Amino acid sequence: MTGDKLTYREACKQGLRAALRKDRKVFLMGEDIARYGGCYAVTKGLVEEFGEARVRDTPLCESGFVGAGIGAAMAGMRPIVEIMTVNFSLLALDQIINNAATIPHMSGGQFAVPLVIRMATGGGRRVAAQHSHSLEGWYAHIPGLRILTPATVEDARFMVEAALADPNPVLIFEHVMLYNDEGTLDPTVSEVDIATAKVRREGTDVSLVTYGGSLKKCIEAADQLGEAGIAAEVIDLRVLRPLDMATVLASVRKTRRCVIVDEGWCTGSLAAEIGMRLAEEAFFDLDAPLRRVCTVEVPIPYAPQLEDAALPQIPAIVATARALVGGRA
Amino acid sequence: MPALGADMEAGILAEWLVEPGARVEPGDIVCVVETQKGAIEVEIFESGTVAELLVQVGEEVPVGAPLARLGERAGQGAVTPEPSPADAASGSGAPQPHLEPAADRQPQPTVAPSPAGRSRSPVSPAARRRAAELGIDPARLVGTGIDGSVTLADVEAAARTAEAAAAGQPSAAARRGFDPSEMRRAIGAAMQRSKREIPHYYLDQSIDFGPAASWLEAANRDRPPADRLLAAVLLLKAAALALKEVPELNGTYEDGAFHPGSGIRVGWAIALRGGGLVAPAILDTERQPLGELMRRLRDLVQRARSGGLRASELSSASFTVSSVGERGAEAVTGVIYPPQVAILGVGRIATRPWVVDDRVLPRPVVVLTLAADHRVTDGHKGSVYLAAVDRLLQEPEKL
Repeated sequence: MTGDKLTYREACKQGLRAALRKDRKVFLMGEDIARYGGCYAVTKGLVEEFGEARVRDTPLCESGFVGAGIGAAMAGMRPIVEIMTVNFSLLALDQIINNAATIPHMSGGQFAVPLVIRMATGGGRRVAAQHSHSLEGWYAHIPGLRILTPATVEDARFMVEAALADPNPVLIFEHVMLYNDEGTLDPTVSEVDIATAKVRREGTDVSLVTYGGSLKKCIEAADQLGEAGIAAEVIDLRVLRPLDMATVLASVRKTRRCVIVDEGWCTGSLAAEIGMRLAEEAFFDLDAPLRRVCTVEVPIPYAPQLEDAALPQIPAIVATARALVGGRA
Repeated sequence: MPALGADMEAGILAEWLVEPGARVEPGDIVCVVETQKGAIEVEIFESGTVAELLVQVGEEVPVGAPLARLGERAGQGAVTPEPSPADAASGSGAPQPHLEPAADRQPQPTVAPSPAGRSRSPVSPAARRRAAELGIDPARLVGTGIDGSVTLADVEAAARTAEAAAAGQPSAAARRGFDPSEMRRAIGAAMQRSKREIPHYYLDQSIDFGPAASWLEAANRDRPPADRLLAAVLLLKAAALALKEVPELNGTYEDGAFHPGSGIRVGWAIALRGGGLVAPAILDTERQPLGELMRRLRDLVQRARSGGLRASELSSASFTVSSVGERGAEAVTGVIYPPQVAILGVGRIATRPWVVDDRVLPRPVVVLTLAADHRVTDGHKGSVYLAAVDRLLQEPEKL
């Protein structure tokens, strides 16, 4: 049986509401999240339901309110901090990397930092270079952080609760082009793990490894490849750190070909890391070179046609996979 | 690279039978080329010394590309391309070979331990590992993967081919990868083109084979078993001679016009054991004595089945005869092999009631079926042709 349709935005909100109901120590804070309802309207209505003490508007100062979140977490609270977009999180890099990620380590385990930070990421909304970048791959570089990229309504709904249960800081990246997408929740599912990648589509000819906003593009690409007789397997990474390479390796050992689709820029990207891990651990299983479809190495353009041209798109994914499969498809 | 069929665009060099420095004479077999029709031997039409091999074993090159340079004695300047046999035979417009003076050519990179003629195709890691397990040299394979790379599937296909060859035909097939499904595709493509483009018309004629059968019996009485004539050779000769009377059936239809054959080269359809079909041509069919024609027919059948047909034999037929043989069906309505304009189907010779001088007698009878191209001839011409074949077979001693 299947449940009712809901948007990814609504799934995020239900996750936050459930967390607020379940644990008095959980509270939300961020810019414009209470009275305005959040710049992507994820928290709309929650301040009326839970009050200003638990849904808190903050000053426009990322380093300040992220630091406050770290302190609250160390003191035993369960804060969920919202940063409008990943671009603005750069103002809080010192708090996230020098403090949140290191305090449990530097205190010899005496202080946990059970902080959850949510932020929007990705391009496609025509909001130009300072609001459209995909920097989650950067954060996946940092030991001490767990990086989540929910790409389905189920993950949007349940990942936040699993993140709160983690004693270490967890960053959740919500792709801006997913908020309006609809999906259904399986009524038999009431929790998800935040450790594994998932096979979203089974196939035997080529693995499409992706996450977040690029998942739906890969599914569509797999549909098109299927029409051409190429069975593409689609892997949703879900968790960028720590990477579930076992799932990726099992898929690539089966298909022997891999295209990594990542909205980050190619150079020094998460796609580069996955490609290198495949080269290290699955080299002799490969039947074709590894390939990537990433964002063109420019700041995301404002002009719609240029933005579309810069981001990974379905035709490029299809063409890349098709070339790898070669003549004996 | 010769064109070994109307639809061929490229071929794979399967084997070199000469080395640089070798002296060659017209008619020498210099290399083997892999095509959809199987492995074809390529003969040379000029004499000289092989100066340089330009194509490596396993390499696929387009039709018209030079395979080797032919020079006079080493050090002399005269540079002649290896002629393309198909061009020499048909005069068709294959691209001109591109000639480069020897001095301008880049020296080949030296690969220390490997023999000459290694493939330059990259080999995927998975294919390389599997090849090692199977004892196959992946450098000899032709890659179908990205950038022409040899993939796992290529290695496994080669292993299957080698296995099939080891089980079936020991020598000739083992060195090359004849692929029955490739041949089926090639036949399919040619026949589809034929049915799409050629407006066929069909004519049947039942022929009293009695006089021919009697003549054969007498002729074979004095021959050792190996030299005995088969009915097929009489039919072939009669079919060829009749073409002299109706030359409109002998030739090709290309670029919107009929081109008469520059001689009579009847293609004889041969079924292959592994499935598939080839129709190699016999040059000047109408001028060969029956004994010589029989010898050539035997030789062709044997070479077709062991993979040793010559390039010129496969590309130059001007007419085709398709005979189902003594265990076949009563009649064969053929599909014209483009760009030819006619095909004669020969059914099984069977004893049938036949009226002679108002009496019904048992006679060996064969049904001949002509399929011909309406863009070139009409049923009247076709009937004249069948009547000529009939008349010729009634006087077998004159064949």
